[in-house]
Amino acid sequence: MESALTSKQLLAKLQEEHYAGAMQAKKEGKLVAWATSICPQELLETLDIDVVYPENHAAAIGARKDAPQFIANAEGKGYSADICSYARVNIGYTDIQFSEAENIPMPDLIFCCSNICNTALKWYENLAKLLHIPLVMFDMPFNHTFDIPEHSIRYMRGQIEHAIAQLVEITGKKFDYDKFGEVMKVSSDAALWWRRATDLGRNHPSPLNGFDMFNYMAMIVCARGKESTRDLFKLWHDEMAEKVRLGIGPWKEGEEKYRIMWDGIACWPHLSVTYKTLKKYGINMVTSTYPESWTIVYEKNDLDGMARAYSANYANRNLDYGTGNVIKLVRDFDLDGIVYHSNRSCKLMDFRQYEVQRRIEDATGVPSVVFDGDQTDPRVFSQAQYETRIQALVEMMEKNKIKKQRGDLK
Amino acid sequence: MSSVQSIIDALCEKALHPDRTVAESCKQAGKEAVGFYLYAPEELAYAAGFLPVGIWGGSTEIKLADRYLQGFCCSIMRADIEYGMRGTYNRLRAVMLPTVCDTLKCICENWKVAVPQVPIIPVVYPQNRTLPAGEEYLREEFSRVRRELEDLAGQSVSDAELEAAFAVYEAWREAMRAFTKVASTHPQTVHAKARHLIIKAGSFMDKAEHTREMIQLTRLLAELPEETCAVRAVATGLVGEPLGVLDSLRENDVAIVADDLAQESRQFRVPARAEGDALSKMVWRIADQKGCPFLYEPEKTRGQKLIDLVKENKADAVITLQMKFCDPDEFDYPIYKAELEAAGIPLLYLEVEQQMDSFGQIGTRIQSLAEMLL
Repeated sequence: MESALTSKQLLAKLQEEHYAGAMQAKKEGKLVAWATSICPQELLETLDIDVVYPENHAAAIGARKDAPQFIANAEGKGYSADICSYARVNIGYTDIQFSEAENIPMPDLIFCCSNICNTALKWYENLAKLLHIPLVMFDMPFNHTFDIPEHSIRYMRGQIEHAIAQLVEITGKKFDYDKFGEVMKVSSDAALWWRRATDLGRNHPSPLNGFDMFNYMAMIVCARGKESTRDLFKLWHDEMAEKVRLGIGPWKEGEEKYRIMWDGIACWPHLSVTYKTLKKYGINMVTSTYPESWTIVYEKNDLDGMARAYSANYANRNLDYGTGNVIKLVRDFDLDGIVYHSNRSCKLMDFRQYEVQRRIEDATGVPSVVFDGDQTDPRVFSQAQYETRIQALVEMMEKNKIKKQRGDLK
Repeated sequence: MSSVQSIIDALCEKALHPDRTVAESCKQAGKEAVGFYLYAPEELAYAAGFLPVGIWGGSTEIKLADRYLQGFCCSIMRADIEYGMRGTYNRLRAVMLPTVCDTLKCICENWKVAVPQVPIIPVVYPQNRTLPAGEEYLREEFSRVRRELEDLAGQSVSDAELEAAFAVYEAWREAMRAFTKVASTHPQTVHAKARHLIIKAGSFMDKAEHTREMIQLTRLLAELPEETCAVRAVATGLVGEPLGVLDSLRENDVAIVADDLAQESRQFRVPARAEGDALSKMVWRIADQKGCPFLYEPEKTRGQKLIDLVKENKADAVITLQMKFCDPDEFDYPIYKAELEAAGIPLLYLEVEQQMDSFGQIGTRIQSLAEMLL
């Protein structure tokens, strides 16, 4: 039956099942975990623990413009307006426990991985304390060296073993290593199909519209260890491969004139205006740092490889790595420009952005702009500033195109 | 009294002029300086023949650092990058910075480019610091830092030298704990600003020298009659600055009788375990630190720690010195705020930045606290 669905329909169905399934699991008295976006979910999947992802939930609330009530609630409790708005939305939600946008069951345990930021660690520490529930913490040391040091891998492996022991105690179940191996394989396969699909953005025109990628991202975040997710990305890939064969671009109407990368999280409360402004000028976001972030691929049953893969997240790597990564994207995706979202919520991404921007411009000549926004707090973004910056980018990209045509720029 | 006051004045003077103090300390000890912020294995640098000195930002105009950091970055780190780019830290042979928050991770990366003349040695503290794997990781991390410092010094550090350096630091920590205890009964002589500067002076002096001064000061102070003040407060946050806040406290006869500040008691409140070599003791001092916003602790005991400090020191209130844009501290605040409220302890929340120059509003709020508690 499912083969009759388009990937977009399947995505909607899986998303609905994800949230409804978690609510049902809670009703049936099953354990529910709240987890960070790029965590070793393989352990939870192996133990049949239903998992929901507060970052994804906060993004959904933000996109459906329901964030302000939760933000106000958290700030009323003393949370500063300067901390991550995903955290503020989620902490507000733990109190209000209902959103018109989307609902998640309250957790029985918290599962946190510091590879995305230390902010998650503080946020989840608070959740565990407020809700009086156990916290399983994975610390992935920041890689200030280009490579991931061996002692870091040993430390992370030690934590995986500790987490398994913690989860066995919490669930009262035996940890099934055969099943774990299978989940590892499915997770790696899902990540590979996610990567293959998003890599199709390299084509001219790109069949991929990056704002669709933001939507599909929900499943790589929320259900990476499931066969249905792997199948979704394969279907999405096949649809886009067909578009490539037929020479179809990202939109039904309008031509892809400029190809850009978006750096940072989406501006969820202003998704429509950020998208439409780009589209108006024929700008297609063909990639971002996200395809790489979820390319968590390792060999089945290789715990060290798994630790290394999780630690290798872009945000957890040094400037040289980050810069090299973006330079590769500029070349592989033949980018004309870059839009940097200076996201008030995400200091880890922001405070390296200026230097990354300079290095990328030096290395590739590709122009870029920075705009101020926030992932879920609608108050930070200014439409006028965004539009002005995008206009400036268009001018710079157009100049480059002329230079390229003249042969002044390669 | 005069000798107590002269020691206090001399230490305050040292704290107010870090550049001069570091130059004098280096000359006196025949050492070169290595900077550090927050947590760092200072003992390793000391054993390698360096003088570890604190780089805790400062009140300065930010111009150059804007090239790397947005305005919503912690003002201490903006000031550190500014000073680094301006050449203020050129005396330092290297800096050791921990990656214990998202901002510091970025600062470590930016430092390499923004301040290339002062090499950086990042130190990665494990958050799962009480697990055996975490302790082992930190031991290996410290060993890496030791090798980098040895390369910098051009000589190896023997285990005996490390043990000796650790002993110097342990003696300093003991002296500091003794001082803060006695200081809490002398809130006029050791008023809020003096207390902060006396402790801060240790950031720029050879620890052996600072220890000698502190032991003498503590002994003389203990001989003086106990003093009273209008409000006895416990301070919590990153640093007891800017100084304008401390001036306001003094004007309203509010004393800091104990603290949970990163620059002050958190540096010395954890004594070493009896067993193990110096490296193990250094690892365990991190494992044993409680109630610190920069170190993972699912039990989150900071609120209880503050309640205990209030009781032990017969304090009337807690004052939060919230450095704006410090996420780890900002996340802890709502949790301990609720715990202090439940315990009936008044809490004054002051949001501060190093570059602030107007203290009128803060002064009014401090005055209100003092009047409320009268």
